[in-house]
Amino acid sequence: MSEEIKYAIVDTVEPTNAKFSDDPMFRKERKLTRAEKRAIDAKGRLSSPWASGIAILLALIWTIPTFGLFLTSFRPEPDIRKTGWWTWFTNPNVTLNNYEETLFGSSTGLSTFFLNSFVVTIPSVIIPITLALLAAYAFAWIEFPGRNILFVAVFALQVVPIQVTLVPLLTQYVNWGLAGSFWTVWLSHSIFALPLAIFLLHNFMKEIPASLIEAARVDGAGHVKIFFRVLLPLLMPAIASFGIFQFLWVWNDLLVALTFAGGNKNVAPLTVRVAELSGTLGAKWHLLSAGAFISIIVPLIVFLSLQRFFVRGLLAGSVKG
Amino acid sequence: MDWLLKATTPAEKILVMFVAILLFAGVMAFILYVSEKLPRWIPAVGFLLPAVIMLAFGLLWPGLRTIFDSFRDAAGRKSVGVDNYVTVLTNPDFQIILLNTLAWVVAVPLLSTVFGLLYAVLVDRTRFEKLAKTLIFLPMAISMVGASIIWKFVYQYKPATANQTGFANQILVWLGLPPQQFLLNPPWNTGFLIVIMIWIQTGFAMTILSASIKAIPDEITEAAQIDGAGSLSTFFNITVPSIRPALIVVITTIAMATLKIFDIVRTATGGQFQTSVIANEFYSQKFSQGNNGIAATLAVILFVLVIPIVIYNVRQMRISEGER
Repeated sequence: MSEEIKYAIVDTVEPTNAKFSDDPMFRKERKLTRAEKRAIDAKGRLSSPWASGIAILLALIWTIPTFGLFLTSFRPEPDIRKTGWWTWFTNPNVTLNNYEETLFGSSTGLSTFFLNSFVVTIPSVIIPITLALLAAYAFAWIEFPGRNILFVAVFALQVVPIQVTLVPLLTQYVNWGLAGSFWTVWLSHSIFALPLAIFLLHNFMKEIPASLIEAARVDGAGHVKIFFRVLLPLLMPAIASFGIFQFLWVWNDLLVALTFAGGNKNVAPLTVRVAELSGTLGAKWHLLSAGAFISIIVPLIVFLSLQRFFVRGLLAGSVKG
Repeated sequence: MDWLLKATTPAEKILVMFVAILLFAGVMAFILYVSEKLPRWIPAVGFLLPAVIMLAFGLLWPGLRTIFDSFRDAAGRKSVGVDNYVTVLTNPDFQIILLNTLAWVVAVPLLSTVFGLLYAVLVDRTRFEKLAKTLIFLPMAISMVGASIIWKFVYQYKPATANQTGFANQILVWLGLPPQQFLLNPPWNTGFLIVIMIWIQTGFAMTILSASIKAIPDEITEAAQIDGAGSLSTFFNITVPSIRPALIVVITTIAMATLKIFDIVRTATGGQFQTSVIANEFYSQKFSQGNNGIAATLAVILFVLVIPIVIYNVRQMRISEGER
């Protein structure tokens, strides 16, 4: 790759990021001055302490349900049965038995399903993103007959609710003898993710200046080289956003997993098992509370550590459209 | 090679996963390698083919097949005309389901958006903005299955003579009221399920609306304030009109998600006690009752109901882009 392209890349990093600089959440350098100005403004505003107070209060109310169950998952079983979690503050008993029993006990066995969730999710994120990148590249940078019609068709497929597709797909999988294996779950999740992934990544690719691609072509770079050397580095934020989205989507999904892997404890992910336990365990809250948190913990970590990308993806997906 | 289809031990499962990823990478590398040698637009075929085949196989064909099935009997053997649709629209049991779905689709987008907007305005420029926003947004990361269990615990019922273990009933007891079976009595139980979805979606509404509120230039709000507009007047005359496109996107997006709601009903009540909705009934009809025709009909109804929301959404997006 020639020096010009490298320079051009450095140059274009700015404009691509500029997409987000309209949006204050991602304004990095300018945010400081803006925030300071606002802090000064806010001090002058009478409503500010009240607003802060109400905001915090509402945030606490929003968190109480989750916190209550979280606390419960660490309380001994007899305590949970007889008293509410708020009595914990006067009677603080803590145990890890609930987690141990939920993960390894014979009635729940969530450790198996925990692994299943990972095995289901990872390929279901990698495969659609890769395929969508290829397709989005073709739509964005290769002129071919029927390009617009095909792109609109892919866009329109976002409308199809997955319920419409489940039964015929399942019948087909059964006919192929693949039903109840990881393969069908991966394939289904990949298919359902494709329309949105292609659409979003295409929009991001279109933001990259055509001159950059042209320059690389003049230098004799083929599609593969252009894609990996020029586009991929610029697309990383978009890929990260969609990747987190898809990860949370697949990990938290119930319908697809229930339909294609529901009956098989070697494939079914946590959501399927926990939803099932919600019906069968009934009042055994020491197991249900721990089970719920085992299924929640991974997306929570992903979300909290990568919140910035997640919010960016959200805004790109629904506002920028 | 049995383990490729029936992996049982942890090692086998992880191995299958890597085999799948490597296999996929191999196919992709092959496509890239071949297309590199081809002239002009021909590589586009290779780049698009996997996605197009998958979409045709996994969305287009099953969609058409389901529409076809909706005009056939429970086993899919013979045509029954529009009988399935007549059943779904006239049978009282199904009418409850349709009404429940309507309640969901009206209440969730409106209330989530109102809460999200209020919160975005309230929290804007306050000291704990970031923390408060994260806490409100957190339910978005939790699965609907997890959220349903969290709320089922809040709604727990114990007779008035015993200690309450559910927080909602404890509040009632503290207020001197009798404890309630929140999830048992229609039609209010649907309302209490709707609360769960509002709890989840408010964070989404808040995030998007907050971003667009911050995008309103300070000069405009300041000018209004100099002209003597109070907080309320500024809110209704400046803020709301300025973020109208974002409001519409939020409402329609939540409406689409709510229309297909399944996980909450399935986990919290299983659709019992007259809480079922279309997407849940679709699942029960197919996998519990084995009625393929009715299941297909419900799926198609879902499809038909989604279309106007999408069209409205896309049109609004076009309009707001035209304005820019």
